[in-house]
Amino acid sequence: MIPELSKDAVSNRIARNVAKIINATTDTCLVNLGIGIPSLVANFITNKNVYLHAENGIVGIGALATEEQAHPMLINAGRQPICEAPGCFYTDSTLSFGLIRGGHVDITVLGALEVDQDGNIANWIIPNGKQLGVGGAMDLVVGANEVIVAMGHTVKGKSRLLKTCTLPITGFAEVDVLVTEFAVFSFAGGSPELQDFAPDITLDELRSITEFSFAVSPSCGAMMV
Amino acid sequence: MERIDKIKSAAEALACVVDGQSVMVGGFGMRGTPNTLIDALVANGARELTIISNDLGSPGIGLGKLLRNKQVKRLIGTYYTWNEEVVNAFQKGEIDVELVPQGTLAESIRAAGYGIPAYYALASAGTELGEGKETREFDGRTYVMERAIHADIALIQAYKADRIGNLVYCKTARNFNPPMAMGARYTVALVDEIVEPGELDPECVVTPHVFVQAIVKESAL
Repeated sequence: MIPELSKDAVSNRIARNVAKIINATTDTCLVNLGIGIPSLVANFITNKNVYLHAENGIVGIGALATEEQAHPMLINAGRQPICEAPGCFYTDSTLSFGLIRGGHVDITVLGALEVDQDGNIANWIIPNGKQLGVGGAMDLVVGANEVIVAMGHTVKGKSRLLKTCTLPITGFAEVDVLVTEFAVFSFAGGSPELQDFAPDITLDELRSITEFSFAVSPSCGAMMV
Repeated sequence: MERIDKIKSAAEALACVVDGQSVMVGGFGMRGTPNTLIDALVANGARELTIISNDLGSPGIGLGKLLRNKQVKRLIGTYYTWNEEVVNAFQKGEIDVELVPQGTLAESIRAAGYGIPAYYALASAGTELGEGKETREFDGRTYVMERAIHADIALIQAYKADRIGNLVYCKTARNFNPPMAMGARYTVALVDEIVEPGELDPECVVTPHVFVQAIVKESAL
């Protein structure tokens, strides 16, 4: 049976598995975390060579600020009050996006609405909905060296891992890694390959909730849960 | 000749704004937003404005006031989801909205300040936001041509100014303010503190005074 996980359990499981990838990097690593599940990844980063970037102009984000710590002029790109990490620096928006466009951001972690088998990502708009904005999503998917998508596997029981995206595309063939609460896929070969999956689900069950077809890596293992 | 006095009241600094002008306004998520200058723009009453900004604040707050006061004709920016009144006004056809990827907005404003008429960007190529834009291939990838974004006026916020207009900023309130100071013909800076020339460390000035035409001191502080 496919387990029913609470929203928090889904978010935390995804965030921990994304952090595992980032913690395994061996060089200095500049990472941009998007709004939502990606922002939780910060809680699980233990690698001292990882520096967190937010597109509103900071490199060196610390923990989320408590009410007492909150500074009126210091937020992340999701408008949450944050603390400075030692060695932090501020930039204006042009340098912040110069870091992104110039390939100086090593990893971006983004939420998404849909990802398809060609590594296309749709995450900026649902037409005629309550959203009207793109923010830095289109800049990040083409600029960052590695794009990690952190996304719930299904919405209302339907797979968000599709053969072809139905929503407007943010970036084409830009997804490198996709992490859901049930699986980790790599797109290094241009199409999805299962790297790890959750121990509380079978491979057949995973296929039943995944619209796109995927290969299974010979070294496929268990996700952290 | 005496030094030109750039220090003005908000009303004086914005007296020159007229209907149909384009106005860049700094700020991101209500940080670095020159609220006192926005209030003065509401009082000025100029209409049919094109507002160039990252977002439009929240409903009735910050730049949201200009929309409520029906002074907006067109918006150029990146993220309006924080203000559902923008979404509603756009869907009813009351205002034009041009969505631009955030890095493209920043770079297009920078280009205006640096005298660069156009440049190529990867962001938005092939997407709905890139539709209708000229494209060109470099090294096997398709880029869209982006034009510089100029404005008649920039309203910005900084932490500290000296009397001639050198500026320093505070934390993430910097955001779009420095490039906007360069991208407009006339820039008004709202600041918390004004010091004498020579008191700011020349190595630490972020916006040079040549880009600032008027300084308004935040009076609420």
